[in-house]
Amino acid sequence: MEAVTVRFGPFKAVDDVTLRVAPGEFFSFLGPSGCGKTTLLRTISGFVEPTMGTLRIGGRDMQGIGPNRRPTALIFQSLALFPLMTVVENVAYGMRVRGQSRAARRARAEELLNVVALADQGGKRIDQLSGGQKQRVAIARALAVEPEVLLLDEPLSALDLKLRQHMRNELRAIQRRVGITFIYITHDQGEALTMSDRIGVMRAGRLEQVGTGRALYDSPETAFVASFVGEANAMPGLVRDTADGYAVVETAFGPLQGRNPGGMKPGSQAVLFVRPEHLLPLSASASCPQNRLQARVTDLAYEGQVTHVTCVAEGRRLLAVLGPRDGEPPAPDTEVVLAFAMRDAVILPPASHA
Amino acid sequence: MISVVTGHRLLVAVPFVLVALIWGWLTLERRIAGLPPRRGFFKRNGWPVGIYLILAVALWLLGMVVLPQLFMVELSFRPKLPFNQIGGPRDVYTLENYRYFLFGSPTSSVNWNAVHLRALATTILSSLFITGFNLLLCYPIAFYMAQVATRARLRLLLLMLIAPYWVNEILRAFAFRVIFASAGLLNTMLLGVGLIAEPVDFIGRDIALFSGLIYAYTLLMVFPLYNALDNVEAAQIEAARDLGAPWWHIHLFVVVPAAKAGIASGCTLVFMLATGALAAPLVLGGPSAMWFTPIVYDRFYQVFNWPQGAAYAFVLLVACLIIVVAGLRLLRLNLSDAAR
Repeated sequence: MEAVTVRFGPFKAVDDVTLRVAPGEFFSFLGPSGCGKTTLLRTISGFVEPTMGTLRIGGRDMQGIGPNRRPTALIFQSLALFPLMTVVENVAYGMRVRGQSRAARRARAEELLNVVALADQGGKRIDQLSGGQKQRVAIARALAVEPEVLLLDEPLSALDLKLRQHMRNELRAIQRRVGITFIYITHDQGEALTMSDRIGVMRAGRLEQVGTGRALYDSPETAFVASFVGEANAMPGLVRDTADGYAVVETAFGPLQGRNPGGMKPGSQAVLFVRPEHLLPLSASASCPQNRLQARVTDLAYEGQVTHVTCVAEGRRLLAVLGPRDGEPPAPDTEVVLAFAMRDAVILPPASHA
Repeated sequence: MISVVTGHRLLVAVPFVLVALIWGWLTLERRIAGLPPRRGFFKRNGWPVGIYLILAVALWLLGMVVLPQLFMVELSFRPKLPFNQIGGPRDVYTLENYRYFLFGSPTSSVNWNAVHLRALATTILSSLFITGFNLLLCYPIAFYMAQVATRARLRLLLLMLIAPYWVNEILRAFAFRVIFASAGLLNTMLLGVGLIAEPVDFIGRDIALFSGLIYAYTLLMVFPLYNALDNVEAAQIEAARDLGAPWWHIHLFVVVPAAKAGIASGCTLVFMLATGALAAPLVLGGPSAMWFTPIVYDRFYQVFNWPQGAAYAFVLLVACLIIVVAGLRLLRLNLSDAAR
């Protein structure tokens, strides 16, 4: 995909996106609703023609090739299963269109239903299936046309939490089994992080950052990525000194140090981000972290594995997440000294309002 | 043989017995299904509204639809008598009106009543054709309205579709006559362009009649279709396309099955109304055209034989119902689907 732009009138739904997805990769587009990710997916599948730029699938330019002739299969958010057909008929539809014999269709459909663990459900009507089963029928139906790329438009958003987590593993397993490229879009960072080989974070039609989940989480390149992927404590201020890839930011909490991957110059506006799990009460810190700040504990939320400690300092809400090895959480309404190491903080320019 | 007086009593009783039977059946069905009895009708609506609703529906349905129809059916089994003999000893139930329809004579059954029988057959076959043609004509329009058009375009289209129907039916029929007449608009235009050397007899060849009838019922086809197609999820059409289906395959195997009920509903409406059309056949029918409805009309107002007219009307109704039910069976639908 090269410099793809899709315009609807003056509105740029997808703005200058360039990206290469490797064969067999599980790639996710992550972004808030309205960021253009669905449009991008529809562009890949051929329902939307790019206003500018080139889209290639397997090296072939897709210009002017309709969705019915592209080597892609799309799984719709609503699944769009055919309600008047049985499960097998749904799965076999693509093959029927291609004029394959009834027996061949049937055999292949059964095989695919096996892949998605629905082996003996073929004769059922769609409305007799549960949400997760429908999901798998949609996947089987899409796989039946032997696409090079499978596109998934938030297919899990309609499921309840438990099923969603189960289907994440299922999807990943199916992808490994069939070995084709999956392009997945979601606004749920958990889905994106757990399933994807790589993730592209989108915002207002632009691709903000592409990388593995770990890269996005540990080394966000923009303030948007830092705050959208996972939780982060944001501390705005002015850059004072820089040295060796690190910088000092003068914030309301006092001077704080962090990594400076963007090479920000002294005097510029910046935001320092710290993940909640790196922001700990001083007593719980094993090492001797460089950054300290005074805060007041307002709320404790015990969530089993972890405890969320909400604090307020200088009128700002800060979140610390204490794991089981981080000692006793502080009591509410007490003063606490929070600390974090400078390698765990990242300093980025403030989010522009695009 | 029951007398006419008993017949009349039975007639009035029939609707009430029917209502009671249906009510009883529904209650029994709920009980068998183990559902709790429904909250009282009057409790839900209050006494004044409840009584009004029952009276209004009863008056409308029984008084204005069911009873008159039943009286017509009953009338069709009675002989035509001078006024002073009605209710007298000669007023007995008979099949002579139906015999007349079949054999052209109230008593003999030697020769078939070819003219009337052929008219009925022509009417039904023509109506089937009109229905089919209308479906082909309206499906793309309805599909465009339901799936493609923007809101503004849809409003414009609706206005364009509805506006012509503000004109009276008979006036519209005459407008078609003006268009299709020998020296009419269409012939003048075609002659002027040089496409034809002499005027085409559109009316004599029933082209005018068919056009008029098809046009008369487009709305009745468009709206049920539009309604049904509007309910077809757009994503399903896209899914079929994404799976590689060409457009005709999508329509044939995804859209049409989903819109089947609406199609049946539109077809039933158009077919029933086309067979019962009166104005268009009278105005646009050529000399050879023999639509059945004008014949029925003539029984009443030319021959002044109301019992015979009633018999003819009943024959038409039953013939149409048979066709409709058969058609629905063919589509694996029942009457309530078509009424949606």
